[in-house]
Amino acid sequence: MTTAPTGRAVPEAEPARRRPPLRHPRPRPRPRPRGRGRTAGLFLAPFLLLFTALYLAPIGYTVHQSLFRMHRSGLGLTAPTQAFAGLANYAAVLGDPEFRGSLLRVLLIGVVQVPLMLLLALVLALLLDARSTMFKRFFRLAFFLPYALPGVVGAIMWSYLVAPGLSPITAAAEHLGLHLNLTSDGMLGPTIGNMLTWGWTGYNMLILYSALQSIPPELSEAAVMDGCSAFGIAWRIKVPMIRPALVLTTVFSIIGTAQLYNEPAILHNVAPNLSSTYTPIYAAYNAVDANNFNGAATESVVLALLAFVLSFGFLKLVQRRGAAL
Amino acid sequence: MSTVTTQDRHRPASRWLVLGVLLVASVYFLAPVWWLLVASTKTSSGLFSGNGFWFGDFALFDNLKQVFTRQDGIYGEWLANSALYAVGGAGVSTLISALAGYALAKYRFRGRELTFNGVLAAVLVPQPLLAVPLYLMFSQLHLVNTVWAVLLPGMVSPFGVYLARIYAAASVPDEIIEAGRIDGAGELRIFATIALRVMAPALVTIFLFQFVSIWTNYLLPVLMLADDHLQPVTVGVVGWQAQRALGSGAVPLNIVVAAAMVSAVPLVILFLSLQRFWRAGLTAGSTK
Repeated sequence: MTTAPTGRAVPEAEPARRRPPLRHPRPRPRPRPRGRGRTAGLFLAPFLLLFTALYLAPIGYTVHQSLFRMHRSGLGLTAPTQAFAGLANYAAVLGDPEFRGSLLRVLLIGVVQVPLMLLLALVLALLLDARSTMFKRFFRLAFFLPYALPGVVGAIMWSYLVAPGLSPITAAAEHLGLHLNLTSDGMLGPTIGNMLTWGWTGYNMLILYSALQSIPPELSEAAVMDGCSAFGIAWRIKVPMIRPALVLTTVFSIIGTAQLYNEPAILHNVAPNLSSTYTPIYAAYNAVDANNFNGAATESVVLALLAFVLSFGFLKLVQRRGAAL
Repeated sequence: MSTVTTQDRHRPASRWLVLGVLLVASVYFLAPVWWLLVASTKTSSGLFSGNGFWFGDFALFDNLKQVFTRQDGIYGEWLANSALYAVGGAGVSTLISALAGYALAKYRFRGRELTFNGVLAAVLVPQPLLAVPLYLMFSQLHLVNTVWAVLLPGMVSPFGVYLARIYAAASVPDEIIEAGRIDGAGELRIFATIALRVMAPALVTIFLFQFVSIWTNYLLPVLMLADDHLQPVTVGVVGWQAQRALGSGAVPLNIVVAAAMVSAVPLVILFLSLQRFWRAGLTAGSTK
């Protein structure tokens, strides 16, 4: 930054003179970030430009598309024209039992799978955090490994692990005299729930574990002195202290469930009975495939609204609970 | 560490119980990956007979050869495409995120809070939810089925801006910036020579997360790219998996498994070699 003058004797006063006196002496000598709006704007411009083009514009375009409909003339000789449809697309999409079913399905998976996964992640994080636990490094890596694999690879792997005729799980059950078909209609939900739990428990565990690590050790030591059991410490001290991390992982998981696509789409390749409108995104993908762009747009908006309402509803709920406590 | 009393309270029995629970959990998480590794070394017929969790006829190298020579070596093209999308997208987004995060952390201007809140809200918008809207817009702009359809969306990362802002606020001292200004350095020069260097660890984390999210993305490229010479490896491998259902001309299962495994190798290497940066990115959300 500063290049000290070389080759000549440095006068006594040099250190002070190296910094020229401020041209505009300000009343407060605090060199805090100042109003350099132009520079800040230039620095932000590339991001804001791409953000507007690739986040805001598609969202706006999709909302717009959801309000229009293509009209084809009876003979199909002229190009189809787009006409304002009001909320007709929404009425159609919400009246479609297949799409309603897909929404209910992700809700059900979310209500059952998210709490189970987070409970497992919490228990594992607490056990890893306990002082006397052995081989922590190994376990942490083992639990986190599924997250390091691409979701598609995990899904392909599980699709074969549950595929009839190939599944080692089914084979083991057969040994015990149990007839198990993990891709039957009734088992598709649990199978997908298992794929999600396998893939994401380690990720959530790591977030919870990091939060646990930041709790001052004196707290649990004091509790031990007071005769608190290890379980008591975990439940009464540690869990309440990592509440923000628990809320964060829950919100992320709710959003993650709403966007469910890869697992059912890949499972479909070994389980043809899996409906191609199994989840809302799957349904929207198929609407795109069928050139029903207005329908796909409407389904996307409905799903985004649902994910937004659920995650913010959950945030509001825990905020109110937090105030009451 | 030296408090003996706390250690005494953990009776050996409960210690073994804890170890037992953790071992069962690690079997649940590791066994499927082990199956994948073993399966990729088997012959097609070997997959359907014998113990799935132990090696049979060792055909790994033959499988790999088939993976890379099938359909005139298209698998290599898929890997190259994935690398192009992931390196290009992550590289550009890291630079853009660093600029934006630095500006949000170190300059005071009107609309700063609004911009940052917008970034925070966008972090919560899941990429797959945006994929269909992007497709609808890109098809209108005739960008579908071009490299740009996947490359452009990878260049924006609100999470990267968020990380860069947190890191710049915490680690780039105002005094250094001010000293640079007094020395007559321009704002861009200060950013390029001072801030970027201090922010380097955060930039590695941002690059890593964006690289991984592009490499593993499936929904966006499968929507956008019908031409299989443009597809990334995720779309290609799932395409092979889907062909199995079609009967004749299908890709043998051991080849699909080996192809899936090879596509994960770059990520596992990144994961093992850059663990510190992984944790930095994952915990950034929970501490704030």
